[in-house]
Formats: sequence, structure tokens, C-alpha cells
Amino acid sequence: MAELLRTSPLQAWTDTFARLPDPVGITAEPFVATVDVRLGTVGPEASAALGVDLPTAPNTWVPAGTGRAVWLGPDEWLLTSSTETPEEFEARVRAAVLPLGGSATDVSAQRIGLRLTGARVRDVLATGCSIDLHPRVFGRGSSAQTTLGQAGVVLLALSDAADDFLVLVRSSFAGYLADWLLDAALEFTTTPTHDR
Amino acid sequence: MTSPFRTPEGGRIDRSATVEFTFDGQVLRGHPGDTLASALLANGRHQVATSVKFGRPRGIAAAWAEDPGGLVQIEEPFPEPMLLATTVELYDGLAASGLPGQGRLADVPDSARYDAVHSHVDVLVVGAGPAGLAAALTASRSGARVALVDEQSEAGGALLGTDDELDGAPAVDWVAAAVAELAATPDVLHLQRTTAFGLYDDGFVLALERRTDHLGAAAPKHVSRQRVWRIRARSVVVATGAHERPVVFADNDRPGTMLAGAARTFLHRYGVLPGREAVVFTTNDSAYDAALDLFRAGVRVQAVVDARPEGSPQRRAECEGAGIRVLSGAVVTGTQGVERVTHALVAPFLDGEVGAGSAIACDLLLVSGGWNPAVHLFSQARGRLRYDATLGAFLPGEELDGVAVAGSAAGVPDLAGCLADGQRVARAALGVPAVPSAADDRLPTAPEPVVPTAPLVLWRVPDPSGAEGSTSFVDLQRDATVADIARAVGAGLRSIEHVKRYTTIGTAHDQGKTSGVLTSGIVAELLGVPVQDTGTTTFRPPYTPVAFAALAGRDRGRLFDPERVTALHEWHVAAGAVFEDVGQWKRPRHYPRPGEDMEAAVLRECAAARTGVGILDGSTLGKIDVQGPDAAVLLDRLYTNLMSSLKVGSVRYGVMCGVDGMVIDDGTVLRLAEDRFLVLTTTGGAAKVLDWMEEWIQTEWPDLRVHCTSVTEQWCTFPVVGPRSRDVVGAVFPGVDVSNEAFPFMTWRDTTLDGVPVRLARISFSGELAYEVYVNPWYAVAVWQRLLDAGRPHGITPYGTETMHVLRAEKGYPIIGQDTDGTVTPHDLGMAWAVSKKKPDFVGKRSFARPENHNPLRKHLVGLLPVDRQTVLPEGSQIVEYRTDGRLPAPPVPMLGHVTSSYRSAELARPFALALVKGGRERIGETVHVPVDGTLVPVEVTGSVLVDPEGARRDG
Amino acid sequence: MQLIACPWCGPREEVEFSYGGQAHVPYPDSPAELSDEEWAHYVFFRDNPKGRFAERWNHSAGCRRWFNAIRDTATYRFERVYRLDDPKPVTP
Ligand SMILES: [Zn+2]
Repeated sequence: MAELLRTSPLQAWTDTFARLPDPVGITAEPFVATVDVRLGTVGPEASAALGVDLPTAPNTWVPAGTGRAVWLGPDEWLLTSSTETPEEFEARVRAAVLPLGGSATDVSAQRIGLRLTGARVRDVLATGCSIDLHPRVFGRGSSAQTTLGQAGVVLLALSDAADDFLVLVRSSFAGYLADWLLDAALEFTTTPTHDR
Repeated sequence: MTSPFRTPEGGRIDRSATVEFTFDGQVLRGHPGDTLASALLANGRHQVATSVKFGRPRGIAAAWAEDPGGLVQIEEPFPEPMLLATTVELYDGLAASGLPGQGRLADVPDSARYDAVHSHVDVLVVGAGPAGLAAALTASRSGARVALVDEQSEAGGALLGTDDELDGAPAVDWVAAAVAELAATPDVLHLQRTTAFGLYDDGFVLALERRTDHLGAAAPKHVSRQRVWRIRARSVVVATGAHERPVVFADNDRPGTMLAGAARTFLHRYGVLPGREAVVFTTNDSAYDAALDLFRAGVRVQAVVDARPEGSPQRRAECEGAGIRVLSGAVVTGTQGVERVTHALVAPFLDGEVGAGSAIACDLLLVSGGWNPAVHLFSQARGRLRYDATLGAFLPGEELDGVAVAGSAAGVPDLAGCLADGQRVARAALGVPAVPSAADDRLPTAPEPVVPTAPLVLWRVPDPSGAEGSTSFVDLQRDATVADIARAVGAGLRSIEHVKRYTTIGTAHDQGKTSGVLTSGIVAELLGVPVQDTGTTTFRPPYTPVAFAALAGRDRGRLFDPERVTALHEWHVAAGAVFEDVGQWKRPRHYPRPGEDMEAAVLRECAAARTGVGILDGSTLGKIDVQGPDAAVLLDRLYTNLMSSLKVGSVRYGVMCGVDGMVIDDGTVLRLAEDRFLVLTTTGGAAKVLDWMEEWIQTEWPDLRVHCTSVTEQWCTFPVVGPRSRDVVGAVFPGVDVSNEAFPFMTWRDTTLDGVPVRLARISFSGELAYEVYVNPWYAVAVWQRLLDAGRPHGITPYGTETMHVLRAEKGYPIIGQDTDGTVTPHDLGMAWAVSKKKPDFVGKRSFARPENHNPLRKHLVGLLPVDRQTVLPEGSQIVEYRTDGRLPAPPVPMLGHVTSSYRSAELARPFALALVKGGRERIGETVHVPVDGTLVPVEVTGSVLVDPEGARRDG
Repeated sequence: MQLIACPWCGPREEVEFSYGGQAHVPYPDSPAELSDEEWAHYVFFRDNPKGRFAERWNHSAGCRRWFNAIRDTATYRFERVYRLDDPKPVTP
């Protein structure tokens, strides 16, 4: 029997994304193992067990191993790993936090990431995001759970120049959000023509 | 060809280019920079419309959005009703027509784009007149993030309509330099053609930018035509200027009657003479500028009629020096003419009494009754207004947090004052010292203002015609007159809000920009009370009309409401599924084969599931991972039945109630480990149940060591259903013993498929032997395909939600939210078996003991079988019963309940329904009636389980 | 569009929040011991003052945390927000 093929919720958009000009780059992130971690108190013990200092400042993220640790709430984080399988990752994180009263749940397929890069992506986001994305306010390391268009998202700033963002969206909303982003980017993707 | 009323030079129009347009079918020419109004006036056309009630001719009476007269409809390039000729920028190919007070909606879809953008600033300045520009410059020089929005096509505000000078040069030069400086400053957003139409809480301002309207057919299609800016500002500076106010007199609506300042604007900005022979009627100094400017441009100014007994000595001297006659202590009492003013009727005016008058020939009657500061945004922000009896105007009456008013919007009368006020307000907004120290904060020097003579507050001129004010128009757009106000007051109305609603004044397109304060004044006069007691009506957004298309923005068509789809969506589409909206989800409802309608498809799909094997995409089911040492405690508290006794590897059905004891959701619970459960909810209940759990944990039970995480989209779910399901599942997962003995009903097993984890669960929502297959959505398409391949020999049939509903309803399984409505207890559903008697407490338990819950007439879920074996009862139908004498009770006929679910059953070979019926379980076997299309259909009340009541099929 | 200050995320637009009714109405310790009337008061009755009101709010589109707020029901102004484990502020 052939190996089971994986399909991404954004597979149908790959070609469209590839044709976008640099100022409004959109790419679908690859499959990434993701675990939702709940932990009441974060201290040296947790850091030692997890191998990462979970960020305690609200609305921030930090690099963590091959992935990231994103603050979701005062006792909740999203941890990603680009080298482990979801099962391995959940098992490892769960083993680390369980003795500390925490929990870990594999949510790798719950969301998919859309990487937005380019000089105009801040403008694209501003058409449907009420958060202030000015680089002085929302620089690298910032994150926010908020609404983009009509979809709930986790938004991460990956640069200090407001030109590199990661948008995590629930998989069922991925198609909507992809269409929404492409529509928002239209002003920057279409070469004006005077076809009169 | 030159237009007859165009000046030979001057104005801000581009005389090097010509624009051709059509008005009321007539081809006319103008220049870039014209508005439709200025181009019409340049062609000698004053009348553009007729009035809504009386059909009276109406013309251009102002130069911008306060114009109550010039309503037009754009016909080409895209039909758009109810615009003002004064605010439509002229473009090549524009075709417009005048309106009789109301427009016509377009009968073709609007193909233009509309969008919205969020913006965050320290200081938002509304209005790019002298005060606004000074404020924006001050703020931007401090390094603040600044937005400057202005509704006109270019910055300058009132300076565009005058020949004022700053620093000894035309003021518009200073405007150009200021605009250039702002453009070169980082973090400054300067938007023209952008109307701030609403000021809301916490510095939130909505502004409409008209991005391509002025381009006509040349507008690029990929750029939004209009954009709603959603600006969040720490401080808002309202520098919106002032509207000139007319004075009301008889026949004051005749075309050719115009606000004095508007005539100046048409002259200076557009190079248009609004007439050849003018009479100027004023109560204050400002109209003298209009008289003198028009005179210098070649207009014969027949008279300045000044209602003040002494007029203005200084301005009088200026006029007389130019040979202009000034009549002090006089008023205009009326006009003559047909479609255009031919004469102004002028009479002496002393102590409110009008003397004998005479007619002065003119084709232009300019009017000024003073100035109303444009306090709309300030008032929208709930700022109190105060009446200034000297100016006869309402001014901002208090300081607001985060909202400041500057310049003539705050009642500042002169240019130098406006500039200084803009700077002062901006510095206050930034929290810096009021007096600038830096040299680059220098303001341009304005000429010394002429010392003004106090204005006279005059709302209306008594009507000497005997018509009692019935042609003295207060609100031209509503055709509402002084007589109407008198009627309202005579009817006993005292509140200005009531007078507004009685007369409809201020409710038209212009929202009373010229009529509002006049009405306050006239009502006060009629009631004999001070104007401050009358007050104004409430200012509400939008300041000017905003198209619904702009408010909708990009949330149209496919983006109107997000469509949530499962990992199999493309497969469903390819399989020809007909979709159904379930919340935001798109779910296949059925998969019709060629020639099948829904009924045929569903009967076929049902038969397959009951006799062979069917497969459903159930991925939308809500799923919650509940982890922690106290996980079982939490579930025991939230479900009506006992979950802590569930064994690892087993599954239990559960019901969840609110504190009021009413069912809020149901579903199954899988125990994954001692400290871990997977909770399955309804599709619609997924978010609600997670929120419910979080709410109890966070707010009531923070000591519980338990965490809940949504995994709805972490698992796809495919129920494989029917007598042949064991063969299919056994074939795809050979590592699992799928026999009843090894894998009994209501248990689950984990396995793998090519190394991918898969969970199987013996859960049945149909009563048939069934296995639910759970897999990570990344592999959903592949696993689904494997199941289809393995099921092909058994005729595996994909089925949709409609079949799912029929199958579950045949078994009497309720859908929470369809068969229940928030007033239904587990006992009402016949599920007393799912309510624990052992647990000391759980959410909802105490309410079950309330007397009402023991009322024998509570509605119970029962089955209904139409006696004719034909009628599919419409869901929602009411249920009634005949009296013992075989007749209906007298109306209102008591309702016994209603039909909650109704389908045609392949298995029963007849239609059936579920219903909530009063005392229903006691009525089993009785016949009741359901009105359908005017006839009463007899139906038999049955138990709710109609297929396989013994439950023999679930094990295959 | 009002801003509401989540104790964790700071000011966000009001549409990110959902309302949870009156605060400081704890689930009774022993519901079974309450009379029908006392239980009905817990289930169905809440204060409805004009002016300051202690309320529960949830940052539902953000961090999903519940918190309490003192809000003026006449002006809509949030006078303060506080965490669930903070005591109810004493207001003048
Ligand atoms: Zn928050």
C-alpha cells in the first residue's frame, strides 16, 4: 500500500500565492507539530523540563528550539517544533509539564500558518485587523490573538519592520482567510491598465 | 466655447482642459476642478431639482455638503441616487439629472470595490482649513503620529473660497507649503476627499474616503472606490469650520437664492459668477466680503440689505466707496420669479416690524444669517453645547477627554485666531506647553482683522404676504416651513426633538445642516423661551450620507460570512454534493446522482446506511480534550450523568444542562486515560461547550486541576454506518479486531494506518452498527479514500446531513437546538436515564426539583405519524386537538406543541416527525391534528423511537 | 467602537469581548439546601443598577480569560478592570 499522502487546507492556493509580487508575499507554512500547553506557574522547573523559557509577557512569542513559544493566556502557550512528529512532540511536552500540574495537547492540525512578507503586508493586514501594527508598537516578538477579517487568528510579528508576519488560523477558516488576503492584496497585485 | 458665467481668469480649476458632461440630457462643458454645481452655474443653470412635496424649483444654495437644494442622481457611469451637485466632482462622461427630492436605486449590481482600513494615531485632525492645518503641522513637528482628513478635493478649507493672504502672499500658497511639509513627514496620514462622519467612544472615528469617484469611468477597477477609515486616535482635533446660516423669508427657496459665502467660494475657487445682478441680504459683517468680491468681479450689486438698524458703519463706507447701495434696518421679505429669482422684495425692518416694501431686480439673492460652527462630531461624542446669544449659534460647551474643537468650529471668527487656535489645541492634545518655543512652530501672519459690528440674530422675516409662512422654507429638502413649525407648536409640542419628528425637519439627506439651528430659534421664538432652553436635536452619525456598499466594504459575496470547510471539502465538491449551511460550516446535505432530487437521494442514502454501508463526513463535530487529575470531577459537575465511573477505553453519552436545568448540549465522552477525556459536542455547540467549561473552571472552580483544549479541527471524523460497516473497517484496519466481543458498542480503540495514528469508536447516531474513524486532517483525504475503496464491494454510499437527520430521528435521537429550544429538560426528552441520582450535585440538578419541572403538562418529545401516510409535516407546524365533540375549540385554538423534526422514512415507508407535545408521553396512541396548508392533518402520537426500538441493530 | 482593557492584553475593541452578567454571584455551596425561592434568586435574579455595576467579561476573541469590571451602565465607561482573584474594589 502506498504511504498516506498529506494534504494541506491551503493546497489549492499554492499557485496563486506563488504568483504574488514581493510587496505582498503570502506563503502557506509547512506542516508543523504544535502543542497547546497549559501550566499554572512558570518557573525554573518548567524551563528546565521544557528546555524553553515560556514567555510570561502577554502577547509575545519567543524562539523555542526549532519552533516558537507563543503566549496565548496567563496559563496557556502554543509550542511548535519543526523537527518532531506531532505525537512525539505532544508526548515530550506532556511528560515535561505533567509533573508540574500542566497539560499538553496536540493541536498540530487545528491551525495553519500563513506567512506574510513584504513592504505592503502591513497595509493588507490593516484592512481587517484592529491591532496597531506600527513597528514601534508591534515589533518582532509581538503576538496577538485577535480577529482578521472575520476569522480569529494568532498574529506574530517576525520582524522589526512590519514586513514579516505569521498568521495562524483555524484550518477550517484557512480558505476564507486566503481568499480574504488575496482580495485585500488586490490593490497591490494588479498592474493598473487603462483598457478604455 | 466658454461658459457664459465663467470668469476670464482665476480660480483653482484647470482651464487648459475641458470636461464634457450631461445634465438632464443637455451636453455641457466644464473644467477639471469643477464640481457639478460650479459647472452648472458657469453655464447659467441654477435650478437643478424640484422639491419633494410641492414640486417647487430648487437650485444650488450653498457650495458644499450643507446645500439643501441641489439633489441630483448620477446616471453614468454607474447609477447613484441622492447626491448633491455641490459635492460631485466633475469628470468626463458624467451624466446626471436633477431629482424630485428622492432618487432611484440602481437596478444593476455595483461592481466597484469598497474596503476599510484601520489606522492608529496620536492626533487625528478633522478638517484641513487654517485651524486644522495649523494643528496638523504642530502635531507632526512634535514627531507624533498624525492623521489629517478633509472632505474636499484639496486642502485649505475656507481659504479656497477667499482671496485671503498670509505672510503677504495668497493664503493658498501657505496651504500648499503646509501640505508639502506634511507629505514629507513620516507617520503623517493626510487624506483629502475624506469625510469624518462619526466620532465614537475612545477616540474612534469613522471616515469615508472617496478614492476614485472623481475619476468616473477611468477609475481603476482594482482600487476601492470608497474606503472607510477606522481611525483610533488618542486625541481628536475637530477643525470642521462653520456653516453659514440662511434667514427664512417668503419664497426663500427660489433658485438664485444662495448663501453669501457660497457665492464667494464659487467665485474664488471655481471662477464662476453665480449671477449678473445681486442683492445681498445680511445680518452680519461677513456678507459684505461677498458683495465687494462679486462687485470687483463684475457683478452689479444692486443693494446690500442689512437687517441691523445701523448696519456696519465701516463696511457701509467700503461699499459706498464702490458705489454699492447699503440699506440698513431693512430685510428681504420675499422673492419674485418663476424658475429663477427676478426680484428681491425689500422692506424696512424696525423692532421686528416689516414696513412697506419694494422690488429690486436681481438674478442672484445672497443671504447670510450668521454662522453655525460645525459642532457635529463634538456633539456626537456627547459634548454639551452652549448657546451664544451674540452669535446666535451653538458652541462647544465643555471640555471633553480626547476631543478638542478648534477654529471656527469653536466660534473663532477670524483667520489669525483660527491659526492660533489650531496650534493651541494641538499642543494641548500632545500635552506640551501652550506657548511654542521652537522657531519652526511659527504661524503665518494674517492681516489684522476688521473690528466687527455685532451681528443681529434673526431667524425669520415676518411673512407680509398673508401666507403665514407657508412658503417660508426652513428645511428645503423636506419642504417644511415656518407654518409647519407653528402648527407643531400649536399642537402642543415643546421639545425640539418632538418638533423635528412632527415636521420632519432635519431628517432629510442634509440632516438639517442649515435648518437645525433655525428651527431651534423659531421654536424658541414661538414659545417665547430662550433658545438655550430649546437646545438642538441630537447630532448623530453619519455627518453626511454613507452608502451601504461602503459600510459593507469587502464583506460581500463570498467574503460576506466565512465559509468553514472540512479537509474533505474538495472531495465533496467533486462528488457533486449539495451543501447546507450549519452555522458557518459548509456541510454536504446529500449527494444526488444524475436525475435525483433531494428526496430520492436521501431515500437512497438512508437505505444504504440501514441495509449496507454508508459513510459521513462528521468532522464538524465539536471535540474538546479535557486533561488533568480532576478531569473526571469537572465532567461529573457539568454532565447530568456520571462520567467518573467511565472506564478507560469506553464511551458514554452525556447531557449537559444550564443552571436552570434546561438541556444546552449533548454528546459522547471518550475516556482516554484516568486523567484524560475526549468530549464530543454537537457541531453548533463546539465553541459554546468549550466556553462553558472554561467559564466554570475560571470563575467558580479555579482549584480544579483540569485543562480544556479545543481539538475540533485536530481530528476528522468519519462515521462508517450500517450492517456492512464492520467489513469495511475491518478491511482498512486489519490490526484491529472489530468483532463485538473484542470491540463492543460504546468503546474505542487506537490503531495506526501506515504509521499514522487512527482512533476508532463504536458510536452510533443511527442505531446501526457503526464505527467512527478519527484521524488527523492532514491524512483525511487519504483515509477517506481507503475507506471508500474498501467499501466499494459493499456499495459504500457517502451520505449527507439530511440522511444523518433522518436516521437519527427514526431512532428518536434529538438534535439540541432543533428538537429543543432552551426550555426542555432531559426528562422532557425522555432521558431521565441520563440523569444521575447518585451525584450530590451537578449543574442543573437543583432546578429539576422546581415544581414546574414536575408539571404533567410539560412538553415531551414524542413521535408523530401522519395517518394518511403521505404528508410530510412542515417543521415548526403547530399541533392542535379536537374537542370530544369532534370540533375545534373556539379561537384562539390552544396549541399543544409543535413539530420539531420531520422527514420521509425509507425504513418506515412513510413520513414521520418528532414533536414537543404537552403531556406527550401520556398521549401516545391518541390522534391529534396539525394544520398544513389550510387543512388539518390527523397524526398519531407515538413514542419517539420509531425504528428498532429494541436496539438490536447496533451490534450488526 | 469602545475599547475594553483586558487585564492581560490591554485595550482591545469591544467586539473581542463577551458579557457575563453581574459579578460576584457565586454558585451556592449547597444548592440542595436552598429553598425554591433562594435557588430561583441565584438562577434568575440579577441587579440592574443605573451607574456603577460590577460585571463579568470575557476576552473571548483574544486570550479567553474571564475578568471583572466596574462599569457605569449610564455612560458605558469602564472605571476599572480586575482579575477574578482580586477583591471587589470598594467604590465611593
Ligand atoms: Zn486578553
